[in-house]
Amino acid sequence: MNTILENPTTSTTDEPAWLADRRAAGLEQFKNLPMPSARDEMWRFASVGRLSIDGYDATDAPAADTVAALVGRSNLVTEREGLSVYVNDAQANFEGISDELAAKGVVYLPIADAVAQHPELMEQYFLKESTELGSEKFFGLHAASIKAGSVLFVPKGVEIEKPFVNYYWTSGEKAAVFPHTLVIAEDNAKASVVDIFFSETEENEALNVSVSNIHAGAGANVFRKIVQDWNEKTVSFQLDTTVADRDAQVKNVAVNIGAERARFENQTRIEGPGADVKMYSLTVAEKNQEFDQRTFQTHNAGNAVSDLLYKNALLDNARTIFSGLIKVAEGAQQTDAYQTNRNLLLDPTAEANALPGLEILANDVRCSHGATTGNVDADELFYMMARGISKRVAMQLMVFGFFEEVIEKVESDELAENLRQLIRNKFESKIK
Amino acid sequence: MNTLEIKNLNVSIDGQAILKDFNLTIPKGEVHALMGPNGTGKSTLAKVMAGHEDYTVESGEILLDGVNILGEDPDEIAKAGLFLAFQYPLEIPGVSIANFIRAARQARLPEGEDINAVEYYKELYAKMDALKMDRKFTARSLNEGFSGGEKKRCEILQMSMLNPTCCVMDETDSGLDIDALRIVSEGVNLMRGPERSFLVITHYQRLLDYIVPDVVHVMFDGKIVHSGDAELAKELESKGYDWVQEEFVNAPA
Repeated sequence: MNTILENPTTSTTDEPAWLADRRAAGLEQFKNLPMPSARDEMWRFASVGRLSIDGYDATDAPAADTVAALVGRSNLVTEREGLSVYVNDAQANFEGISDELAAKGVVYLPIADAVAQHPELMEQYFLKESTELGSEKFFGLHAASIKAGSVLFVPKGVEIEKPFVNYYWTSGEKAAVFPHTLVIAEDNAKASVVDIFFSETEENEALNVSVSNIHAGAGANVFRKIVQDWNEKTVSFQLDTTVADRDAQVKNVAVNIGAERARFENQTRIEGPGADVKMYSLTVAEKNQEFDQRTFQTHNAGNAVSDLLYKNALLDNARTIFSGLIKVAEGAQQTDAYQTNRNLLLDPTAEANALPGLEILANDVRCSHGATTGNVDADELFYMMARGISKRVAMQLMVFGFFEEVIEKVESDELAENLRQLIRNKFESKIK
Repeated sequence: MNTLEIKNLNVSIDGQAILKDFNLTIPKGEVHALMGPNGTGKSTLAKVMAGHEDYTVESGEILLDGVNILGEDPDEIAKAGLFLAFQYPLEIPGVSIANFIRAARQARLPEGEDINAVEYYKELYAKMDALKMDRKFTARSLNEGFSGGEKKRCEILQMSMLNPTCCVMDETDSGLDIDALRIVSEGVNLMRGPERSFLVITHYQRLLDYIVPDVVHVMFDGKIVHSGDAELAKELESKGYDWVQEEFVNAPA
């Protein structure tokens, strides 16, 4: 079978040498590293036997009317500074920045244009952050294959309130996509992005290997929101890295609803004192879905905060795996690092696995990690029903209440309401 | 017509009898206090009335406006007009007070009918003002991080918003300071009327200084052993529950 596994292709012929080198290195990494195995600590509890990337390939964009329809459906966030829409990694729509922002030196471009127009910037940042959490092979595939994505560069002191919104769609038969979001916020800059992953239909099978990197300079403020609502025929890898410099504030909020099998590798590296990085995630898992979450909070500088909260609600035969590690480097004193995983089991057949971990080489730190897994509380249910609320509605209120802690962190009424609706669509009929 | 009639109620948990041929009648418009020492079955009675499923009902009836509610689901009992103010209100993360009460009101409407949001909030705010609750509370998660007094006020707020015919208050005075007790009692007194009955369960007489009952019942070992007027509560307070045991339980009938 001629698949992307054997023969990843890159569309580019006139790329600079540094990029060609990185792609070649990625290809080597992809070819030389073995497929994950169940014996691998990084893949513990994951059903690697079900992990197949055979048969997927980069494909062309679908017909123009399909593309137009998907552009029309790219409407979760109307108040925005910029927009990019990709379908099967082909650019379908792009709304660039205003002249005013351009005059300030802000860059918001598709990856290929950024490489052509800002080669030094891209050489410094693009494809520089691999993963250390087990999917190095797939990072290699991404590096070899990436053509879709957007770059946001915000120079020193420039603050942008409205978000940049990137949609990544899949369509057709067994499409492989490699979305890439790169955010570079220089010192005291402020920016936000929303990455949205959608499938055209409930049925189109797809493989996603996406990468995002956030580089937050001193005092920068970056907010990234991620909506992963692939259909349940998708195999997805999201390999995300945040690097925070002195006093930077970075917040990541992810809502994960989709994919048959979704692997998340979320790395945070604190490189300067005073940084504050938040990682919030909400997952709704149903049927045979598996969400495999690996996180790594590294504190290389002291006096900084990282706070992680991953909440999962599980139904049917769904599985989740949360494996998190906090690492505090020697000398990174006065570190505050927190890691919390909460799982709500709504069916006895669902399975939540939690592997929280700490590795602390400094002696004056505050670190906590904890994982809880529980069912709907019978006393809470009785209390709500004693007010006349039916069991079904009470369950819904409780489950949405469980989610609300994360949803309200998106800090946008419109997006929060759209997220509630997405979850409701998937979920409401399931609570009997 | 009586609002509430409990006839020969026998209830056990794990094979142990808790309520033993319990009988109680509360006519419309009356406030009855149920007093008694700890472990005598007062809270079990409240939970059984509200439809808690952990208890085994051996026999008996609970009639609300003439209709048996025993064995119904908690939500059906609530919609039939019974309200239980909890001794320990539960914390429900992520569900705001406003949305919670709204869902409870919605549950009382016919299918397809929606509540009028403007009128709903107007009423909610007026009742919160009466209970001296900050309006900001509407957006807070139900009871989450509330003080004891705030939780009890929130119970009374729900009670007044849901317009029950029979209110059962389980140890509402526990954990309240005098100010909170007064505010909560005022809220209850505002709801007193010819169409509504109250069962006020308490361990202490203190609450009954503020909510003056028509009848006081003394419960001991699963049943009512003595009844009287409001003065009985004061007598109990001064003489203690040992007096009840000697006078009404151990003494030959």
